[in-house]
Amino acid sequence: MSRRGAVFGNVDKWIVAVYFILVAMGWLNIFSSTCGIIEEQTVNFSLSTDYGRQMVFMAVAFLCAFIILLVDGKLFAQTSYVIYVLFCLLLVAVLVVGEEVSGARSWIKVGSFSIQPAEFAKFATALAVSRYLSDHDYSKCSLQNKLLVYLFPLIPIGLIMLEPDAGSALVFFSFLIPLFREGFSGSLIVLGFYLILLVLLSFLIDKYILLGAVLLLLILMVVLLRRTRHIFRYAILIFIVSVATVFSVDYGYEHILQPHQKDRIEILLGMKQDIKGAGYNVHQSKIAIGSGGFAGKGYLKGTKTKFDFVPEQQTDFIFCTVGEEEGFIGSLAVLGLFLFLIIRIIIIAERQRTKFSRIYGYCVAGIFFFHVWINISMTIGLMPVIGIPLPFFSYGGSSLMSFTILLFIFVKLDAYRYDIL
Amino acid sequence: MHSKVVMRKDINENRKYLIIGFISIIFLVILIKLFAIQVINKSYKTDAANNSIKEKVIYPGRGLFYDRNNNLVVCNEAVYDLLVTPNMISKKFDTTGFCKLVGVEKDVFIEKLQKCKKYSRYKSSVLFSQISKEDMGAIEEALYKYDGIEVQPRTVRKYPYSVGAHMLGDVGEVSDRFLKSHPEYKMGDYTGLSGLEKTYESYLKGEKGSKYILVDVHNVEKGHYESGQQDVAAQQGFDLILEMDINLQVYGELLMQGKKGSVVAIDPKTGGILAMVSAPSYDPNLLVGRERSKNYYLLAHDSVNVPLLNRAIMGEYPPGSSFKIFNGLYGLQVGTITPNTKYYCAGPEAKPIKCTHHHESPLAVVSAIRESCNPFFRSTFENTINSFSSPSVGLDDWAQTAKSFGFGTSFNSDISNAKNGLIPDSKYYDNIYKNKQWKSSTIRSLSIGQGEILVTPLQLANFAAAVANEGYYIDPHFVRYIITPEDTIAPYQNSIHQTKVDKKYFKYIKEGMHEVTLSGTARIYGQIEGIDICGKTGTVQNAGRNHAIFIAFAPMEDPEIAIAVVVENSGYGSVYAVPVASLMIEYYLKGEVTRTRVEKMVLETKLIQ
Ligand SMILES: [Zn+2]
Repeated sequence: MSRRGAVFGNVDKWIVAVYFILVAMGWLNIFSSTCGIIEEQTVNFSLSTDYGRQMVFMAVAFLCAFIILLVDGKLFAQTSYVIYVLFCLLLVAVLVVGEEVSGARSWIKVGSFSIQPAEFAKFATALAVSRYLSDHDYSKCSLQNKLLVYLFPLIPIGLIMLEPDAGSALVFFSFLIPLFREGFSGSLIVLGFYLILLVLLSFLIDKYILLGAVLLLLILMVVLLRRTRHIFRYAILIFIVSVATVFSVDYGYEHILQPHQKDRIEILLGMKQDIKGAGYNVHQSKIAIGSGGFAGKGYLKGTKTKFDFVPEQQTDFIFCTVGEEEGFIGSLAVLGLFLFLIIRIIIIAERQRTKFSRIYGYCVAGIFFFHVWINISMTIGLMPVIGIPLPFFSYGGSSLMSFTILLFIFVKLDAYRYDIL
Repeated sequence: MHSKVVMRKDINENRKYLIIGFISIIFLVILIKLFAIQVINKSYKTDAANNSIKEKVIYPGRGLFYDRNNNLVVCNEAVYDLLVTPNMISKKFDTTGFCKLVGVEKDVFIEKLQKCKKYSRYKSSVLFSQISKEDMGAIEEALYKYDGIEVQPRTVRKYPYSVGAHMLGDVGEVSDRFLKSHPEYKMGDYTGLSGLEKTYESYLKGEKGSKYILVDVHNVEKGHYESGQQDVAAQQGFDLILEMDINLQVYGELLMQGKKGSVVAIDPKTGGILAMVSAPSYDPNLLVGRERSKNYYLLAHDSVNVPLLNRAIMGEYPPGSSFKIFNGLYGLQVGTITPNTKYYCAGPEAKPIKCTHHHESPLAVVSAIRESCNPFFRSTFENTINSFSSPSVGLDDWAQTAKSFGFGTSFNSDISNAKNGLIPDSKYYDNIYKNKQWKSSTIRSLSIGQGEILVTPLQLANFAAAVANEGYYIDPHFVRYIITPEDTIAPYQNSIHQTKVDKKYFKYIKEGMHEVTLSGTARIYGQIEGIDICGKTGTVQNAGRNHAIFIAFAPMEDPEIAIAVVVENSGYGSVYAVPVASLMIEYYLKGEVTRTRVEKMVLETKLIQ
């Protein structure tokens, strides 16, 4: 216990180093995408520019990280429910007093800055889920308790969907990762993936042909696995669920989805060519990234991202700047750093002495993974345009701060692990 | 406890490999796709061989206005904006030459350029707006010399008849404040700022289109993207068909020149506003184009004539004797008088309100209207109010009935910013007279339309229409149809309001009003050959010279036009308001004016500069 007591002595150097590298790279890219053409440009670090404001956000985020490292490590587990309830109330508040920006109420105005409660709800939910799962052993607890765990992410999902902000809500599905680690049924996740696949296919294939194919496959399964217990029962259950899914997708598509949402799905699935509407962003973003080539055009030399060809380039489409200016090498480096960070978090999570710390680590890894996965996939057309930020890269105070808090609570929990006897 | 140390072997620990494996596979998929886009696929590089797609906005023309006879009242005219992309302005830019070409001072140009730079260095924004077609001819020829400057066609309003400024309203660029509450608009868009342009903005504005153009790194255009297949045409706004008769409007504004006041003419059958004149007026073309702000400043600061004020809906006046029509109807409805009830009139010696005319005495309601007999209506009013359990109950019933004719409220239609006027009720007088010490005699000025009561010319014209219709009116409105590609919408033709006076009483009042023009107060200027006009004059005392008022409708059988005229600070209603109204009626019903002597007299009457 020689290292006990030193505030920063036990901090994981790798995570902190990667954090600073990513934040620095993020700022450089925001600068590049918002500074315009550099030749006759005077760099202006005031609050009138996005990169100037991002500097302020960074300073505040560093301060948050510093404070988190100073407080008692016990505190997070103790106050997790309080924090959770607080941020859920904030999500309710944003629905009432939030500013409506392009059809969604996602922001609360505080002085001259606006904050996005959905961003902060992530770490609050992570704390609550960790606390609950550390008190109740998932593999052994009752069905009732299991259902209660799901409620923690489902409440913010519901509230965020009301704003509506489908992207931020989607991220809360990342809690499946810590749940899976703690014993959540793997076959349920497989079933989930099967249903997602079914939903996608139901857009492309006639629903009766699709259900016919499903039936054939299930018969094949029953024949092959006839020795397995209850296989016939399972097959019937899966078939019923499949029929219900396909028909509810059909209904939802016709009656619930907005035209622009339909557009996005149809474009993603290649059913529709559209470069001016919803496809415009993705088309432009792919051109920008593609034009970077292997080595990139060089820092500040990108042209696509400067002429505003890519909308939202400093926020959700910031990866375009990386792709265009730093090429495949730069993209590889960014992806590599994120993968390193996520795996490092998982490894450290496994060395924790408390269940709380371990589960929280998995929550953090899951949230980072979902953000990187969805954000980059969207810019290269692997996923529909879902507006969520790329951690540390996207312009914006709320996301930078919430990712910093999310990560540094874990860093603190890890540094504090020797203090637990 | 949550802080329990994990001691025993965790059966799920191996799942970490599955999780790490899954995450790694996803990252690999992303990396492969990136490799495909950035390294293998060459099409993104050729497509982007420093060419990019730029979206150019095509602005739609606003919807047009036609009058009831399909005359084009408001149309569009092409103008041009000069756009600048600040970072394209090189050191070699010939500022002096450019300023000379466009016709601006150098410091104005520099200031404007600075503003554009502030907005964006690499996006284009408007440098000079609304340059006319004529001026543009010369500019466009020389424009190739000036890198970074582009031309953007726009349209602005044009008013071929130069009338109707108040009701038509004006169009201008959206302000920063407007943009904050209307995110569907973009900087540089136009919107209706007042009048019908504002009320019908959502129909008039149309849909913007876009053109996709290939540009190189220097933002220089290289031609259409996919030969224009992706372009979206702009959609012109929807046209409006007005209830207005533009020729009547022009005639009304002509007659009111040199006077302060207003004329409102309504088609009683539809509630459609045939003409609405507020004098002094101004040419709506003044608020279009580059001179707009200068002209607006001049109009807004003319504190003598206040030309921007629409007196027809914002001017509030006591109705004077014209309100005797209502008080007569009310007495008949309550039953305190019958068509035969007679009151004595002592003429100029009558007390407490004297009569200004010499006539037979006693007299009944028809004659009393003809002679505008004050004592008759005072007696009727006081007796009617006193017939209720208390003056408060009586006055409130009176006020409710007056409101059923559209007084004291604004109409539920496309008329915006109209004033309500004032119909005082018991609460109103309770506030003035402490301890509720007021009675019917306290408020007897109301019997002759004086005192606290206030009405607008629009309400008076609507009142005339309600009398013409014998007991109902349709909300007065400007727009007859909105023409959309799918449909013709008639927004305000079914809002019928029944008044609280029975149809059977109107014939006596109409008879009286007819006699007004035959042998009563309006006999001199109120007669047109072949047309039976019903009317009632009013002369309203105020600080300066009297306001002249006249309300009328014609023909007596099956009326086609109801009208109210107010001429401020002129004199007797019979002298100043009657001729204007009768000329309007003659012009509308006959299509021409034969009484040139009366017309000449009105045109030569100049009460203001
Ligand atoms: Zn008399």
